[in-house]
Order: sequence, then C-alpha cells, then structure tokens
Amino acid sequence: MTTPVLLFSLFAIGAIASAVLTITRRNPVAAAMSLVGHFFMLTGLYLTLNAQFVAAVQVLVYAGAIMVLVVFVIMLLNVGNEQHLSEKPGMRKTVGTLLAVLFAAQIIGVTTARPTGMTALPDSSVAIGTTEAIGQSLFTTYLFPFEAVSILLLAALIGSVILAKRQLS
Amino acid sequence: MPTTIPLDYYLALSAILFVTGVVGVITRRNAIIIFMSIELMLNAVNLTMVSFSAFLGDIAGQMFVFFIMAVAAAEAAVGLAIVLALFRKRQTVYVDELNIMKW
Repeated sequence: MTTPVLLFSLFAIGAIASAVLTITRRNPVAAAMSLVGHFFMLTGLYLTLNAQFVAAVQVLVYAGAIMVLVVFVIMLLNVGNEQHLSEKPGMRKTVGTLLAVLFAAQIIGVTTARPTGMTALPDSSVAIGTTEAIGQSLFTTYLFPFEAVSILLLAALIGSVILAKRQLS
Repeated sequence: MPTTIPLDYYLALSAILFVTGVVGVITRRNAIIIFMSIELMLNAVNLTMVSFSAFLGDIAGQMFVFFIMAVAAAEAAVGLAIVLALFRKRQTVYVDELNIMKW
C-alpha cells in the first residue's frame, strides 16, 4: 500500500465513522465531539488534495469557531440525553431515509459505472492550494463576492444578537 | 488497488457523508443535532468542491469553499440564536414538540 492510499483510507474511514457517531449519539455533547473529530478527518482529506489553505481554515472556522458556538449553546440549554432517538419510526422517516440511501447508491453507481478517468492529482494542484494563490484570486477576481460576504457576516451578527436578546425594547 | 486515489473515490466518499447528514436531519428530534447534521452535509459538498478543484487544477472550487464556510459561519450564529430564542419561549429543543406552523 502506498502512502496516499493509506492516508485516504485512514481519513475516509475516520470521517464516515465520526459522521455516523454524530447522528447516533444520544448525548448532544458526545455528538458535538464526534463532529469535531469529523472536521479533523476532513482536514486530513483536504491535505491529501494539496489544499493547504482550505485545511487550515477548516480547523480554524469549523473545528474552532462553529463548534465552540455549538458546545456553548448545548451548555447554555442544559438539555439531557434524548429519551428516544426519534419519536416514531413513521412512514415519512422510513421513506426519507430509504430515498437518501438510494441517492448515495446512485452516485456511487454512476461513479463506478462511468469513471471520470482522473486517477492522479495534477502537478498544478500544489500551486492552487497555497494561501498565496487563494489570496491573489480573492482580491482580484473574487473581490466583489468577498465584500458581499462581509456584509452578510455583519447582517448575521446583528440578527443573532437581536434573536438571542431577552427582551426587545 | 490503485497507487494514487482517483477522483471517483472522493466523490463516492462525499456522497456517503452527505447522506449521513440527510439521515441525521430526517431521523433526529434534537434541533441542535439537526443543525450539526446540516453542517455534515455542507462539509460533504465542500469535499466535492475541493476534490474537483484539485483534480481539474482550477482555483474556483476552493474559492467556493471559502464562501461556503463564511455562509456556514453566519448560518451557525443565526441558527443557534433561533434555537436559544425557541428554548426561552417553549422550554424545548425537540422539533416534534414544535408544531405552531403546522396545519
């Protein structure tokens, strides 16, 4: 087994296992911790794709900021374990889950029946994953979306403060 | 067994992760865990974007991931504030106990 295959298998199995743990744990804190593990596995996968900047941002934004927010809210609400994982298995849930699994089977079926033929990373992937390349692109081609995102973040900031406030006066 | 990983493996992996998120949203009752399942789905799509970007040698995919992360951060802040406001009003985070929008 070569190193890329070994790393991919390790991170892929880890990512699937932690994702399944996230949606099956009764305790919300355990689910959140599995999700942190999942984000780290994805970071590893991004590094196997030579996307260093995205990998760093994944740790900073997801595993850092967003998960702290989630754990903070869990702590604030102090909700215990779920009595039942789901209320009733019900028709809607069964059919929905079945359709979702069918969707995955379809994508895997398509990719195995008609492979894309791209078996190895091109050398150019090293250059485009760097912070320099991303920064250059961000402040030239994608300058307008970048500024628009800053307005979005401001709106979200104000919105969440107003929503979480006790009383509007 | 190939010596390098083809693009199809990444696509299949992210399909599996996406569906894990979908199943989480459909089956769970806790609003915070549904929220985490949505994050799982967003991350599965991000993985697809990054793998296409790397394999095609095009930076656009990684720029998209950057913007998706910004939107996800905004969504996290607003979503959790909604859960907080909801808990304050109804003392529950279980979505099957919330049916004021149902008819």
